[in-house]
Amino acid sequence: MAFFMQNVINALQWGSFYALIALGYSMVYSILMLFNFTHGDIFMTGAYIGLGVATALLALVAALGWSLPGWLLLVATIIISMFITSLLGVLVERVGYRPLRSAPRASAAITGLMIGIILEYGNLALLGTQRLSFPELIQTTTYSVGSVYFTNKKIFIVVVALLLMVGLHQFIQKSRWGMAMRAMSYDFPIVPLMGVSLNLIAPLTFAIGSALAAAGGILYGMAYPVLDPFMGILLGWKSFVAAILGGRGSILGAALAGFLLGFIEIFTTMVFPSTFRDLIAYSIILLILTFRPYGFFGQAHSTQLRL
Amino acid sequence: MQLRVENLHVSYDQIRALHGVSFSIDAGEIVCIIGANGAGKSTTLRAISRLVPADKGAGLRFEGHDLLAFAPDKVVSVLGISHVPEGRRLFGNLSVLENLQLATFARRDPQGIKRDMERVFSIFPRLLERRTQYAATLSGGEQQMLAVGRAYMTGHRMMLLDEPSMGLAPLMMLSMFEALKEINRDGTTILLVEQNARLALKFAQRGYVIENGRIVLEGSSEALLNDPEVKKAYLGG
Repeated sequence: MAFFMQNVINALQWGSFYALIALGYSMVYSILMLFNFTHGDIFMTGAYIGLGVATALLALVAALGWSLPGWLLLVATIIISMFITSLLGVLVERVGYRPLRSAPRASAAITGLMIGIILEYGNLALLGTQRLSFPELIQTTTYSVGSVYFTNKKIFIVVVALLLMVGLHQFIQKSRWGMAMRAMSYDFPIVPLMGVSLNLIAPLTFAIGSALAAAGGILYGMAYPVLDPFMGILLGWKSFVAAILGGRGSILGAALAGFLLGFIEIFTTMVFPSTFRDLIAYSIILLILTFRPYGFFGQAHSTQLRL
Repeated sequence: MQLRVENLHVSYDQIRALHGVSFSIDAGEIVCIIGANGAGKSTTLRAISRLVPADKGAGLRFEGHDLLAFAPDKVVSVLGISHVPEGRRLFGNLSVLENLQLATFARRDPQGIKRDMERVFSIFPRLLERRTQYAATLSGGEQQMLAVGRAYMTGHRMMLLDEPSMGLAPLMMLSMFEALKEINRDGTTILLVEQNARLALKFAQRGYVIENGRIVLEGSSEALLNDPEVKKAYLGG
C-alpha cells in the first residue's frame, strides 16, 4: 500500500508536467484548429528562461546583500519566466502562424516544427553543449506519512500545477477574454462580427499556453535539474498525445489526460522493467484511442469551419 | 448617403460571385436586396463587413470612410455596422447573456451598453427569461431574436441582416419584422437580403433585385411589388 501511495505521488508530479504542456496544445487547437508543434520547444525554452531568471535573481540578491527566502525567489522566477515566455509565444504566433492563417493546416504544422528546430539549435549555438543545471532555490525537505515519503518539492510542483489550472479555468469561464476564446472555439470566422479582433485573441492564447509551458519547464527543472536543448521533444510529443487523449480542444480533457498519462507511465514501471515503460504505456493509450478516437471530451464536429 | 457601394466585384477561388454591384443607402432607411439562392446576396453583405475581400476597383464608402481600409472587427467596433449572419451563427456554448456581452467586447461606454442591453430586453423579453440558458438550447425564433439582439449590442448605426426570416414560422416572422421596425425607428439603418421577396418588400421602403451577381432592377418597394418581371420571378406570379 505504501508502495502504491508512493507511486501515486510520483504519478501526480509526472502528470503535472504533461498536463501543463497539454493545456497549451489544446487551447491553441480549440481556437485556431491548429496543432502548435513548436510547443514542446517552448516548454524547453521556458525552462532555460527560468534558469536564466533564477540565476539573475540569485546574483542580484547576493549583490544587494539581502537574504530572501528561497520560495519567494522561486515564485518570482516562475512569474517572471512565464511572462517572458509568453512574449515568445506571441512572437511565434505573429511570425510563424498568422501569415498562414488561411493556408492549409499542413503548412502551419511544418512551420511549427521548423521553428521548434530553430529554438533547439539556437539554444545549442548560444549556450554550447555543456549541460546547465537548474539552481536549487529551495532546499529539499523530506516528509513521511507512515512509510510513504514525499518531498516539499513534489508537493510544490503538484500544488502550483493545480493552482495554474484552476486559474486558467477561472480566466476562461469568467473574463471577457476567456469568453472571446470560448466563442472562438465554437465558431471563429464569425468572431470579428462581434467587434473582437482575432489578432488580439490568437496571440493571447499563445501567450497563456506558452506561460503555462514555462511554468511546467521550471517545475520540471526543480525535479530534474539538468537541462538539455532537446528535452522538449519527447515531453512535447507525449503532452500532445495527452491533448489528443483528452479530446482535441478540450481544456479539462487535456489536464485530466496529462495526469492519466503520468499514472499510466509510473504504474507501468511498477509492474514491468523501466525499459518497457513507454512501449507498454503508449500501447495502452493507442488502445484507448481505438475505442474513443475523439478522446475523452472531444466531439466529431465540435468546431464549425464555415464563413 | 450613408453607405455607397460602387462596382463591387468579389471572387472566390477565381470564380466571380459579384460582377460590379452598385447601390446606396441613406441614413435611417430600410432597404432590401432580393434575389434567388446563389445570386450574390450574402456575398454583398460579407463584402461590406469585410469578411470576404473585394476585388480591386471597388468603392465602398460608409459615412465618409473608405470601408476597404478597415479590418472586419473595426467595421463593427469603429463604424457601427452590425451584421446578422446567415444561419444566425450564435455561440451555442455561451449563455444568452454571454452572447450579448461578447458583442460589447470592444465598447468602452458602460452607460451605453447598459442602455442598449435594456433596449434589447424590452424588444425581446424572451431573451431576458432565457438569459442564463446556453444559446444552443433556444428555439429557432429565440435564436433569431438573440442574433438580432447580439448585432444590436455591437453598435447600431447600420444593421445588415442575412435572411432573418429563414426557418421561422409565419407568425414568428411577422413579429421579428415588427421588432426590426422598432430598431429602425430608434435610428438604425437596415439593409436586409431575403429570398422571401414579398415579406422583404412589404417591410422595406426600397429594394434592389440581384441576379447572377448583378443588380438588375431597383425601385420603391411598391414599384417592385407591381413589376411584372418581379412578380413572375420572385412573387409566384
